[in-house]
Amino acid sequence: MPGLPRPITVPSRGSASGRGLRHPEPPKTPVTPIHRRRRETAAAWAYISPAVLIILGLGVVPVAWSLVLSFQADDLVTPSRWVGVDNYAALAQDPHFAQAVGNTVLYTVLYVPLSILFGFLLAQALNRRIRLAGVYRTLVFVPFVLSATAQGVLFSFVLDPQFGAANSVLHHLGVSPQGFLTDPAQALLVLVGITLWSGTGFCVVVYLAALQDVPPSLVEAARLDGAGTWRVLRHVTLPAVTPVTAFLVLWQLITSLQVFDLVYVTTKGGPLGSTTVIVYFVWEQAFKNFTAGYGAASAYVLALALLVVVIAVRVLRRPGKALR
Amino acid sequence: MTARLDASATRAALPVLRRPRLPFSPWHLLLAPLALVFAAPLVWLLLSSVMSNAEINRFPPALWPSRVDFAGYRYVLENALFLRWFTNSLIVSAVTVGSNLLFGTLGGYAFARMRFTGSRALLALMVATMAIPFQLTMIPTFLVMKKLGLIDSLGALIVPSLVTPFAVFLLRQFFLSLPRELEEAAWIDGCSRLRVLFTIVVPLSRPALSTVAVLTFLSTWNDLTWPLIAVNHDTTYTLQLGLTTFQGQHHTNWAAVMAGNVITVLPVLLAFLGAQKTFIQSVTSSGLKG
Repeated sequence: MPGLPRPITVPSRGSASGRGLRHPEPPKTPVTPIHRRRRETAAAWAYISPAVLIILGLGVVPVAWSLVLSFQADDLVTPSRWVGVDNYAALAQDPHFAQAVGNTVLYTVLYVPLSILFGFLLAQALNRRIRLAGVYRTLVFVPFVLSATAQGVLFSFVLDPQFGAANSVLHHLGVSPQGFLTDPAQALLVLVGITLWSGTGFCVVVYLAALQDVPPSLVEAARLDGAGTWRVLRHVTLPAVTPVTAFLVLWQLITSLQVFDLVYVTTKGGPLGSTTVIVYFVWEQAFKNFTAGYGAASAYVLALALLVVVIAVRVLRRPGKALR
Repeated sequence: MTARLDASATRAALPVLRRPRLPFSPWHLLLAPLALVFAAPLVWLLLSSVMSNAEINRFPPALWPSRVDFAGYRYVLENALFLRWFTNSLIVSAVTVGSNLLFGTLGGYAFARMRFTGSRALLALMVATMAIPFQLTMIPTFLVMKKLGLIDSLGALIVPSLVTPFAVFLLRQFFLSLPRELEEAAWIDGCSRLRVLFTIVVPLSRPALSTVAVLTFLSTWNDLTWPLIAVNHDTTYTLQLGLTTFQGQHHTNWAAVMAGNVITVLPVLLAFLGAQKTFIQSVTSSGLKG
């Protein structure tokens, strides 16, 4: 299920005030008669069997199946044929896949830092006792709960070159009308803009929660020692929210490498393939061209990229942990 | 009181540049326009859904409706399958939320409180599956659903997310944080496991259960990828899938498309505005605790 804020299991670094995570393991129960233990095992397996069935059947098995598929030619209908690494070899040669990778990287490189930066700045601005702070927070966060479909349909309209409000406003300002999503040079940037509109609110609320955990006494002490706004920010606030920043980097990276719905609704990968991202490529191969093996191979490339990203972020986080 | 007086006295003694005083915090000058940027597309969505197509199709288009016109809504409700799609989305979301709460509670409780063979390995495996990107599993999941004969039915939309590892794991973490003593007291009184779970543990777990409910509802209601793959016939569409197709077929009837869009986002918006605190806490906790 894309777009869902599932937790990434970054082991909690201590500062995030997790309610449950750092709880100690339950104390070992005293020696119990074996038959009771067996009954407990039976009952426990009954409780978890639905979860296990779904999670194994539709999580673990498909991962292996996908790997097998990626070495096959499969059209989702007739029996598949073993082709070895041909799919991967073809991917390496495929200019459309290269373009999809390039688009995804560009999208990610723009969206991730910008959303986190804007999120942090907005959270800083909102983290004070002023009237309407709650209203501002609501307005900033609301777009996040809208589906990518709704966002896409809304912005295809707002940015419609002929009938859209955006060009209407530009017209009033004396700017010539823009192509937006229909312009190969602009489309991907517009998509980044749309996701910034809807995704920044997530970073804002996560940062706000983290900022409220920064002990005011710490800021006070720094102030008394003569630190100005920038030095408080640099030496107190930023280090205090580092674990949250690491989480957001990881989270936003994962979501932006997997962007699909918005692309499907707005541009269908066009114009001229300028917004074909990796997941769109996977979907197109598997469910439009019916080359499922090829699609599975490209999905595996994406999954490996995600794995590398997750490991990289964790490794980079190590020094920070040592300082704590 | 004296402290504040002292402070103002010190400030008065210091040579401070006098700035013109605003009747409100200067932060509003920054925040109000920014909030407007975030709100404007939504306002435009609402406005255009009650505009006439004549007004929209003018160049430059009108930014404000001259009068409220419900033709878009009428068109959508009379001509399209919107009510059907709405019901489909509602059924899929309700069943998914309910089953995640039930199976998540059962599984989470077993992992948190019961000692059984294989529990550690299973939990590790489950946590690992949370990290699997959906794109990797979607093709085989489609094939599994096809084998089960569920493709093109609401079942295909429900079964893959009947229970997510996320629900099980989040509830397990919450159950671990509850004191055992209450449950033990009930045990000694002769309550069965299930009764302890549903009469003592579940009522104490409202925050975690509402987090699971909110996040499951959001992701199910808003999903497009899986319905796009799993159903072909327009009577089985969900609202999101229906809306995209509707837009493709009626891209000149913008008033109707926007009316349909309002109908699509309304349940989520209402739920969000009604339970804003729960929503924001759920979303942030999934990040901070995870």
